[in-house]
Amino acid sequence: MSEISINHDEVDIVIGALQLDLTSFMEEWKPVFSLFHLIIVQDPDLKGKLEIPAGFNYDLYTKSDIDGVVGLSSNAISFSGYSCRYFGYLMSHKKYIIAIDDDCIPAKDSAGNFVDAVAQHITNLSTPATPFFFNTLYDPFCKGTDFVRGYPFSLRSGVDCGLSCGLWLNLADLDAPTQALKPELRNTRYVDAVLTVPSRTMMPVSGINIAFNRELVGPALLPAFRLAKEGNLRWETVEDIWTGMCVKVVCDHLRLGVKSGLPYVWRKERGNAIESLKKEWEGVKLMEDIVPFFQSLRLSTSAATAEDCVSEIAAVVKEKLAPTNPVFARAAENMLEWVKLWKRVRTQ
Amino acid sequence: MAAIQASKSSTPLLKDELDIVIPTIRNLDFLEMWRPFFQPYHLIIVQDGDPSKTINVPEGFDYELYNRNDINKILGPKASCISFKDSACRCFGYMVSKKKYIFTIDDDCFVAKDPTGKEINALEQHIKNLLSPSSPFFFNTLYDPYRDGADFVRGYPFSLREGVPTAVSHGLWLNIPDYDAPTQLVKPRERNTRYVDAVMTIPKGTLFPMCGMNLGFNRELIGPAMYFGLMGDGQPIGRYDDMWAGWCTKVICDHLGLGIKTGLPYIWHSKASNPFVNLKKEYKGIYWQEELIPFFQSVTLPKDCTTVQKCYLELAKQVKAKLGKVDEYFNKLADAMVTWIEAWDELNPSTGLANGSAK
Repeated sequence: MSEISINHDEVDIVIGALQLDLTSFMEEWKPVFSLFHLIIVQDPDLKGKLEIPAGFNYDLYTKSDIDGVVGLSSNAISFSGYSCRYFGYLMSHKKYIIAIDDDCIPAKDSAGNFVDAVAQHITNLSTPATPFFFNTLYDPFCKGTDFVRGYPFSLRSGVDCGLSCGLWLNLADLDAPTQALKPELRNTRYVDAVLTVPSRTMMPVSGINIAFNRELVGPALLPAFRLAKEGNLRWETVEDIWTGMCVKVVCDHLRLGVKSGLPYVWRKERGNAIESLKKEWEGVKLMEDIVPFFQSLRLSTSAATAEDCVSEIAAVVKEKLAPTNPVFARAAENMLEWVKLWKRVRTQ
Repeated sequence: MAAIQASKSSTPLLKDELDIVIPTIRNLDFLEMWRPFFQPYHLIIVQDGDPSKTINVPEGFDYELYNRNDINKILGPKASCISFKDSACRCFGYMVSKKKYIFTIDDDCFVAKDPTGKEINALEQHIKNLLSPSSPFFFNTLYDPYRDGADFVRGYPFSLREGVPTAVSHGLWLNIPDYDAPTQLVKPRERNTRYVDAVMTIPKGTLFPMCGMNLGFNRELIGPAMYFGLMGDGQPIGRYDDMWAGWCTKVICDHLGLGIKTGLPYIWHSKASNPFVNLKKEYKGIYWQEELIPFFQSVTLPKDCTTVQKCYLELAKQVKAKLGKVDEYFNKLADAMVTWIEAWDELNPSTGLANGSAK
């Protein structure tokens, strides 16, 4: 469906491996993944050797690689669990990064066609976003559509897109209480749209199926927010939600766009919502503080890069949220560490 | 004849609580196609153009019809706020209605089909949209969480999950899309064939272009803000009536904590208007909107504006103060906005209860 010609040299696909046997995951994605360079990062807590099928061009990073770069001090950022993918972002030199959870396979659209999630993400990232005014026909740069009557002309060139948030069929990214209450609820609705999330509107960014322009917003995708009992199911984390808020604030400040909608991936059945409920309840509670904080966050005009923005956000987190809960204090420290790490790796 | 009762779900008909407002200068043949869905409802037909012409209403519909003579008689000198020779006159229908909900549709809009080939009961979907809450404070990536088969996503704060009352339901169009004249000229053959199966709340603080072709709203919550401005005969601009109403309505909804949804339902828009005629009407608007948008984006309403009327009158004041210098038209429009509210209150005497808490 995309008209964009993709420069494969500009793309890295980052896979955070939380399971040892990646064979079925990678075979399902082979038509797409085999065309690109992959960065596979093994969860440092996952013991054993990863099984990766042949036919892919990839670099693999494991615990020893992570320790080698990050160091072993007690201040060091943890790349355990879902956070292992951030190490992949750190290692990449490409313009675009696409990251998909290892329990997701390609979806089919309403006509039964294979959805090339990578192509759609790249299309989203390489066409302008329109955050300053809502277009009721959704993405105006999509073939067969345009800006509607009443859309100001001065806003029609749009801005660069920094982040592309995809969606999920089958197991949607619901929190544990919601899924526990509605155990049969599956997302079967294929919504054929991409839209720009307006400027200053906050949203929960799911890490399950995302892509970003590393050159524009790379440092803002960071491993910072760990729950005390964080686990290896998305229901047991909110790290990506925290990161997503940071990215949205950074994009809003730097006048970049965030898109949401296509592509869909198919998310396989995994885990038990009721079991996870015990662990993730803390995250659900903390959202009540996190959301108002990010909604009112405004950065100074001197913050001109993603690094500057992240450092400023960390400072405000330290000042305003850290006193209320040690998890915020740790998040602020991690954010500052991350910026240092990012800069250090860039200069090597 | 298709069953009149709402299908599988138990969406209430609201047949005594909803009026359908239709502006027309031609005829109402299009109602035949809508009969299965519209017949239970009362219609308010606002006849634009030559009042001596007789508009034929198909048999079996319960309706009241107003032409220009009626409008002049009912409003007297205040009739000056109602546009002549423009579908903007439809807002007279909102004013005279006594119902809680309004659905307005253009006479070149027909029943669309969904991807399964089923005919879409647009009115039923608008009712669903209006009767379920909106979620303007935080964007839900799975769109309307109150729809069947959807919910709030992980990370959505529980304290925001009750939502706010929905004031407006903005529907879309298959076939002829609602493009402005320049776009129509460049892409005369483009048709909207994409059925996007979503309803979503337009976030607080974000403006949008509201199209009046397929629109539902809660008249009790937001009615007085739905003034469609001065267009048509004797006016320097056209095709900005619904835009103007939409920007005012959005600002007021944001202020009062009400929601606006967009997306489903689709109707089938059959008639492409002449782009050269449109360009003449829109021309000034294309330039003016560059001033209007920053105005609406930065407008703030004082906390003591706790009713729609108060908000609207305050807006009128600010239009005069800030946009009067863009063109004399805006002074006239600001005055007409005040006249509209006076006329509204005269025709709809109420206790002036606050219908939302100012944020």
